[in-house]
Amino acid sequence: MIRTAFVLLSLALGATAAMAETNPIAERQQTMKAVSAATREGAAMAKGDTPFDAGKAQSVFKTYADAAKKMPALFPDSSKSGGETTASPKVWEDQAGFKAAFAKFEADAEAGAKAGDLADFRTAFGAATKNCGACHEAYRIKK
Amino acid sequence: MDRSAEGIGEFAMLLLRRLLVTLVLLAAVALGGFYLLTDPRIVSPAPEIGALPAPDLENGKLLFAAGGCASCHATPGQNDRTRLGGGLALASPFGTFHAPNISPHTRDGIGNWGVQDFVDAMAAGIGRQGEHLYPAFPYTSYRLIPPKALADLFAYIRTLPPVEGRAPAHELRFPFNIRRLVGGWKLLFFQGGSFKPDPTKSEAWNRGAYLVNGPGHCAECHSSRNAFGAVIPATRFAGGPDPEGKGTVPNITQDEADGLGKWSKEEIAELLKTGFTPSFDSVGGPMADVVRNMAQLSDADRAAMAEYLKSLPAVATPPRPQGK
Repeated sequence: MIRTAFVLLSLALGATAAMAETNPIAERQQTMKAVSAATREGAAMAKGDTPFDAGKAQSVFKTYADAAKKMPALFPDSSKSGGETTASPKVWEDQAGFKAAFAKFEADAEAGAKAGDLADFRTAFGAATKNCGACHEAYRIKK
Repeated sequence: MDRSAEGIGEFAMLLLRRLLVTLVLLAAVALGGFYLLTDPRIVSPAPEIGALPAPDLENGKLLFAAGGCASCHATPGQNDRTRLGGGLALASPFGTFHAPNISPHTRDGIGNWGVQDFVDAMAAGIGRQGEHLYPAFPYTSYRLIPPKALADLFAYIRTLPPVEGRAPAHELRFPFNIRRLVGGWKLLFFQGGSFKPDPTKSEAWNRGAYLVNGPGHCAECHSSRNAFGAVIPATRFAGGPDPEGKGTVPNITQDEADGLGKWSKEEIAELLKTGFTPSFDSVGGPMADVVRNMAQLSDADRAAMAEYLKSLPAVATPPRPQGK
């Protein structure tokens, strides 16, 4: 029983890892979906639609930081097209700038994780989410 | 026998000569007519501005943001959006356009321009030398801005730092490099005149219609263009395949499938302010810069734009042409 569960689990893990390896486009789209879900939660708190919760605020920034760490590796040369990708060719033409954009996003997210009250959160959330548009402007095609 | 043949030959020569003269005359008349019709001042007369009150610099600044002037005219590769040295390259099927220097520099920019020169350019697509301007500069939309507001914008631009240096000349393929032909284009596709409010609609709707169609020049990108580069009216705001690349320009009509049919007014206003869609995607490409401009408007103005956009009839997105 335990063995079966273990086999199934490792199979599932293996499949996920294989998916990331063979399908970086799907993987990066998943990662961005997580970022977008976190942003929805963050925006609701920043606007006062939901009450400020320090734990939730931290998890928003953690999602950002995790994504920022993971994303740059998800753009191998083999993933320039297909899978309805909206990545701009500039991702590969300017790898240095692309990686720097994620490094900045990660730094802003990590700074934001220290926000303890709503006012700090608003400032940090605003600063972190400025990265979305800035990066999409340069590295994503029209959509 | 010989003589009569000679006579016929002479007669034929005379006829031929007359015919040639007539053809040359006709061609001259046609050319003259074309020349006259495509005269910048005749095909696209600019509104004359008379005496004006002192310019409202705040309104000028607002128009500068709403019009997205910096998006094309700010010097590329630096972050100061008030340095209007020009030089941004705009690729098109006709060749590459280079946005000119519109800083108040007297030699390289528009420092020597009078306010009427500015109105000529914005409302009629006429340059300082009386030449046609290419519609890559969206005077097709800017013409809706009333002369008084254009004077405010001109006064604001004159407060910005003068930037030295000229942008490269446009690199256009023949025959598009003949400016006079823009006169023919204007005859076919350009309509002048400032924005006329619709008295049956609300004030907010009219404000939105003005901002979207005039300074905002949204339709310039969110529509398809014909072989002459003119917006096809039936595709206005319906988006379509990006002529500059492999992406898609979003449909901003009320189309349910790809457009803003399911968006609330608040969601549209929010996108214009923060760049976030209702599903918390963040818009990219050139729209990110548009959002930077629109974020400088008031909440009321963004709400007015949303009000107007929500009133647009649904139009299906034109398909990608085969082989592209």
